[in-house]
Amino acid sequence: MIKILIFASLREQLGCSQLSFEEGEYPSSLFALKEKLADKDDQWRAAMTSNRTLVALNQTMIRQDATLHPGDEVAFFPPVTGG
Amino acid sequence: MEQRNQTSNSISVQQEDFDPGVEYQQLANSQSVGAITTFTGTVRNLNLGDQVGGLFLEHYPGMTEKALQAIVDEAQQRWTLQAVRLIHRIGQLHPGDRIVFVGVTSAHRKEAFAACEFIMDYVKTRAPFWKKETTPDGDRWVDARDSDQEAAERWR
Repeated sequence: MIKILIFASLREQLGCSQLSFEEGEYPSSLFALKEKLADKDDQWRAAMTSNRTLVALNQTMIRQDATLHPGDEVAFFPPVTGG
Repeated sequence: MEQRNQTSNSISVQQEDFDPGVEYQQLANSQSVGAITTFTGTVRNLNLGDQVGGLFLEHYPGMTEKALQAIVDEAQQRWTLQAVRLIHRIGQLHPGDRIVFVGVTSAHRKEAFAACEFIMDYVKTRAPFWKKETTPDGDRWVDARDSDQEAAERWR
């Protein structure tokens, strides 16, 4: 299973804070996962294709593609505004 | 006592307020320290021309602590530091409240100044916190500023 988390304005736009995929239900790479999520509807497509959307894999920000493994945690969020 | 290569650091993500005076005293308690820089960030009552009644700080539990640790680690690799203290508050805050504290000690001022500024620039652009502010027109998410991104880029 992999877990997907969504934060802040992106969570509100999508009306979704968390979802998960069982083994065999998710693709083998991060970019393919984004494509799968983009297929859900127009809102998801906008979120997954926006260059403002940041991605973290297992709690570390990542820009390039990566292989997904069971137990992975993928997060999507807008640019950060702390400090 | 010489403390070279023995940097202590402490990171807190918390709802509660902190006392910059107490933090300063803890940073100042070593005789090998020659420079102490501290930064305290507070909630402004005005943003983009609108009155701000409150600010909610959302974060990504788990990643937040890791991201802050990575920033402090990088500062310690770049400069010879003795101690680093980093506190970031979460949850509901109000104008005038303290949000963030960075304290750095080093043998000399130049490193302490640079590391303190570096840590803040990276916290602003790499740590998973998001601000939502309350204004007379309703709640709104604070947009990331290009100037913060540019400030972080200059350390690359």
